[in-house]
Amino acid sequence: MTTVHHRDAGQLRVDTNECKGCGLCIEACPPKVIRLEESLNPYGYRTATYMGAGCTGCGICFLVCPEPGAITVLRARRPGPAAASGPQVRP
Amino acid sequence: MPKQLMKGNEAIVKSAILAGCRGFYGYPITPASEITEAAAAWMPQVGGVFLQAESEVAAINMLYGAASAGVRCMTASSGPGISLMQEGISYMAGAELPCVIADITRGGPGLGNIASEQSDYHQVVKGGGHGNYRTLVLAPHSVQEMADLTALSFELADRYRNPVVLLADGFIGQMMEPVEFPQSATEPCLPRWAVAGTAESRGNAITSMHLDTDKLESHVRQLEAKYFIAEQREVRAEDWHTEGAEIVLVGYGIVARILKGVAAEARAAGLPVGVLRPITLYPFPALHFQRLAPRARVFLVVEMSNGQMLEDVRLALNGARPVEFLNRMGGNAPTHHEVLEAVRELARRHLPALPAEEEWIVHV
Amino acid sequence: MSSEPEVSWEIARSKPASFYSTYERKDELQHATHYCPGCGHGIIHKMLAQAIDDLGIQDRTVLISPVGCSVFAYYYFDVGNVQAAHGRAPAVATAVKRSRPGSVVIAYQGDGDLSAIGSAEILHAANRGEALTVIFVNNAIYSMTGGQMAPTTLMGQTSTTSPQGRGAHEGYPLHVSELLATLEAPVYIERVGLGDNKQIAQAARAVRRALDNQVRGLGFSLVEILSPCPTIWKMTPVEAQHWVRDVMEGTFPLGVLRDRTQSAQSDAVPAPPPLLSAVPRILGIAKTGLPAEPSAVGAAPDLNLQVRMAGFGGQGVLLIGEVLAEAGLDAGLEVSWLPSYGPEMRSGTSNCHVRLARELIDSPLVAHPDVLVAMNEPSVRKFCAMVRAGGWILYNGETLPEDCDWKDVHVLARPFTRIAKDLGDARAANMVMLGALLEIAGNLPRTSIESALGRLVRNPRWLALDEAALASGRKLMREACAEANHAS
Repeated sequence: MTTVHHRDAGQLRVDTNECKGCGLCIEACPPKVIRLEESLNPYGYRTATYMGAGCTGCGICFLVCPEPGAITVLRARRPGPAAASGPQVRP
Repeated sequence: MPKQLMKGNEAIVKSAILAGCRGFYGYPITPASEITEAAAAWMPQVGGVFLQAESEVAAINMLYGAASAGVRCMTASSGPGISLMQEGISYMAGAELPCVIADITRGGPGLGNIASEQSDYHQVVKGGGHGNYRTLVLAPHSVQEMADLTALSFELADRYRNPVVLLADGFIGQMMEPVEFPQSATEPCLPRWAVAGTAESRGNAITSMHLDTDKLESHVRQLEAKYFIAEQREVRAEDWHTEGAEIVLVGYGIVARILKGVAAEARAAGLPVGVLRPITLYPFPALHFQRLAPRARVFLVVEMSNGQMLEDVRLALNGARPVEFLNRMGGNAPTHHEVLEAVRELARRHLPALPAEEEWIVHV
Repeated sequence: MSSEPEVSWEIARSKPASFYSTYERKDELQHATHYCPGCGHGIIHKMLAQAIDDLGIQDRTVLISPVGCSVFAYYYFDVGNVQAAHGRAPAVATAVKRSRPGSVVIAYQGDGDLSAIGSAEILHAANRGEALTVIFVNNAIYSMTGGQMAPTTLMGQTSTTSPQGRGAHEGYPLHVSELLATLEAPVYIERVGLGDNKQIAQAARAVRRALDNQVRGLGFSLVEILSPCPTIWKMTPVEAQHWVRDVMEGTFPLGVLRDRTQSAQSDAVPAPPPLLSAVPRILGIAKTGLPAEPSAVGAAPDLNLQVRMAGFGGQGVLLIGEVLAEAGLDAGLEVSWLPSYGPEMRSGTSNCHVRLARELIDSPLVAHPDVLVAMNEPSVRKFCAMVRAGGWILYNGETLPEDCDWKDVHVLARPFTRIAKDLGDARAANMVMLGALLEIAGNLPRTSIESALGRLVRNPRWLALDEAALASGRKLMREACAEANHAS
């Protein structure tokens, strides 16, 4: 099944050109849905990757990530007041 | 009475403001403190910034900031303070930032004393900081020139995007003479490369760093090209009765004033003596020396240092003529009498046919 | 097919707009920063960029990059950038901010930069209350240069320059934020850490606050951020993060050390500068403000006078020299006035050289004066031998010291101080002596002297006294000359 994650509040994208595989996002992620790739990127790093399900869209991985563009956090837009609520962690 | 009696140090500040200078950052030091004091009095009145820094190191780095923000700016100091500023001067030359630094020299090394010397020549003219750079250096010899060359310094600093040093001794800084100023003020303008905290200037960056070896080399070559242009265009010197001079006296700043007095007396007695006064110490007026060499029999360099400009004179003449040297140090100025004696001695040794001595030896 | 509801996705967190999309100032790998994996700088950069975005100040922002690992910050931030010398960012930032008060200036510094070589610059910028935002990244080590000891290195922590671990001989960890919090001016100082999610979230709030304070014109704000350096610490990024929380925080407690943001006043809007055309007048050099003609009509007098004036500091020798020079200028002569200066002005002897001439003056130094005005004995001893044959010594005393009696020189020795005291104030002795001198320089127009004195002596009571003193001096000299003539 490929549609399970659509029930999730969020998801994340990792730019494999930018990620240096430091693992801080993995440590920081509350639902623990990030892991390191087994393969290396062109610069020799095992980059972070989203496991594909369970992201809450909290944005903590983004906050702790040292690379400006390595992580993008997406949040599901659903009808109703919930759609207007911002990130759970506000800098 | 169009002229006013004014101290050289005060004339610098008024001329700077007329030239569009709107930032003064300095640290007090004798004999340059009047410049800082005058800036404190006048700069705020014209909407400029005056700030007394915690050190000369901070002051020159404040100039780095003000120049980065596109403001014509200046500082003033003396030997020990100029030594501390060398770091920032190197950074400014590297980052191609314009500024004007007035160095009202005093005695050294170390704490030395507060009397006038010309012993900052090496650290200013040769660049006391690290790296391949030059500063343009102007040497006034009167209060009027303190004003005129300050204005020129700001023009040159902007034209070459480089620090310019106004190198004056304590005498010129402290003395009062009649001075006349232009009656119109230059509009401060914003250079296109400045970082001014605006949308238009957001893309600009000021840095002296070029990590790549080829890029740094190319940057330094570009600086060299700039200095080469300055060497072609900006050389200034005063030829004072040098036409036909067989003994050429060489000095800058207060020394040149003394030399003119001596030369006038010697000339009145029929001796072919002239004065060559470098006004730009960098670029050095080497061609002026070479032009005089065929006619001159000897050059006498007079300095209040251990022979720092002497080296440049020798390089300029490259052995074409003998170069003699007379100096005083420690804050002493060579006296009229001392120089006249030296001229007499040179005349004896180098001039074939002398007028009878009694005709030209003047009582002093 | 699936019965899932339609879901659209919006970007909740992404690279802030205040970063460049590609880092074109970098020589290579322009898609990523130069920072090591797990470096705190990247995290702090993001907080800062996010705060710039959120406050809508990208165009106004000027970032001062330091020396240290963040020396290349200007590769990344799409704002106005100035890269500074090691430790000098607060000085550079000070002048940028004062030059362009509308800008938002951030000094970004590491611990070596800010707390060692730049300790003076940060202290004074804070003490002046410069309206800056300082981001102080403390990782307890010199990282860029390969792991040498910093002022913030912990006790016992090894570094390449404290291989046995930092001991008391190397000094103790410097608590910069606490030091700065003793100053009056700063409005906001907080220490935060990057030790865990919670700390990082708090750090982001502090950074934003420090920036917002500047936007609101409140004054000096500094955020110290305890930051991991996995590479030099020889830890994994996660270990390094925990070390910040578990070890560093023990030495550097987190918290707000200063918060005067409630009581701080916004900076006043600077007044607009005066019109350019008004500048010469403001500087007092507008020709319209000066007398158009010398007060003395006619050609300049035929006068060539070289004078040395000397006395104790406070006796007013510099002033009478100035009066003489001003009068000469007023009379259309070339003049110069050269003082001794420095400590001599405050104690000991003071002297000046004055020249008046029809022709351009070559040297302002008077080696052989026509007139020596000596207001005390040390001065006459020092300068009497210089006086030109046929010249004058004016001496403040009953008689010239015997060994100073130069045979080819005229002497007027009088107790000028007592004479002045009889006139009303002993301090006018200098003017009595100037009067005597002016009698020698007889062809200097009186109008020029009065005009010079009026410009230099503003107090009417003193002006009246000085005029009387001048007249008294002239009279003394006339009488002395008459006596001499009579005697011969």
